[in-house]
Amino acid sequence: MNEVARKPVGRFVPLIVFAALVVFFVVGLVWNQTHDARFVPSPLIDKPAPAFRLPRLESPTQFVTKAELLGKPYLLNVFASWCFACGDEHPTLMAYRDKFGVPLIGYDYKDAPQDARAWLQRHGDPYHEVITDQSGDTAIDFGVYGAPETYLIDAKGVIRYKHIGPLTPDVIAKELEPKIRALEQEGT
Amino acid sequence: MKRLLAIALVAFALTLSSTAFAIDPLPFQNNVQRERFQHLTRELRCMVCQDESLLSSNADFAKQLRRQIFDMMQQGKSDKEIKDWLVARYSTFILYDPPLAPSTIALWFGTPVILLAGGIVVVVLLRRRTRPAGSVAEDLGDDW
Repeated sequence: MNEVARKPVGRFVPLIVFAALVVFFVVGLVWNQTHDARFVPSPLIDKPAPAFRLPRLESPTQFVTKAELLGKPYLLNVFASWCFACGDEHPTLMAYRDKFGVPLIGYDYKDAPQDARAWLQRHGDPYHEVITDQSGDTAIDFGVYGAPETYLIDAKGVIRYKHIGPLTPDVIAKELEPKIRALEQEGT
Repeated sequence: MKRLLAIALVAFALTLSSTAFAIDPLPFQNNVQRERFQHLTRELRCMVCQDESLLSSNADFAKQLRRQIFDMMQQGKSDKEIKDWLVARYSTFILYDPPLAPSTIALWFGTPVILLAGGIVVVVLLRRRTRPAGSVAEDLGDDW
């Protein structure tokens, strides 16, 4: 009796199983290449930003509070002079600072003010305002765990978007700008 | 054999060193509190380092959160309150023991389901194999 003719499907079962494993393997590899497991969506999206009161970099005796910034949307960009990836992000911020359509506020994270000032002097200052969080305690309320991170906060003080890692022209065009335009549409 | 034993001992020592925890000069009130702290932070992920707990990591981020957790313990906060506080900021990703939620159903039940499916396949195959010789002709299934 012809075995192949009698069991055509059974013969191919191992091949099908193997092919399924290969598919899982490839999907897993590609997923890991394109996704960083640490970049978790913030639970603070669409929640009010934490209240803060932080000194200005340029005049540390003056404080900026969340309440003062209410009324118009703004971008909060967490950076530090010790942060390598912030250096990568910096030229993008310089290029886009006036194109965002909303103020770009620097959040100097766990940094000595003199280091931050020197860093901004050396590379250029893309920020409309810089606030400093030397202890990093307020940053925990924001869920910051690495710089750079960027928050889009609306006129009511609600976090609408967060990006972890350096902003790139690609991320700005695909994610950030549509969010800013949407805020403008809302008129908030 | 002695060589093998030596290698095994070295390997064992290495696993011990990786579970050792970072040292902070945190002034615990007593050993009970210290152990509670260690138990709690061992179950929390250091967000900035791959596969390290808040307890074992030497990252700045972990040190700061350990300090905050310590402070909350002094204020009499329960483990649950501390975890909720962390989850509100860093999402459930910070917990090494993931809660049962729609997004974790595959994680919780995937393995048992696959194991069950595999077990059924094995049982079916074994039954076919032990079938008496006379009924072989009925076997239209696989012979692998």
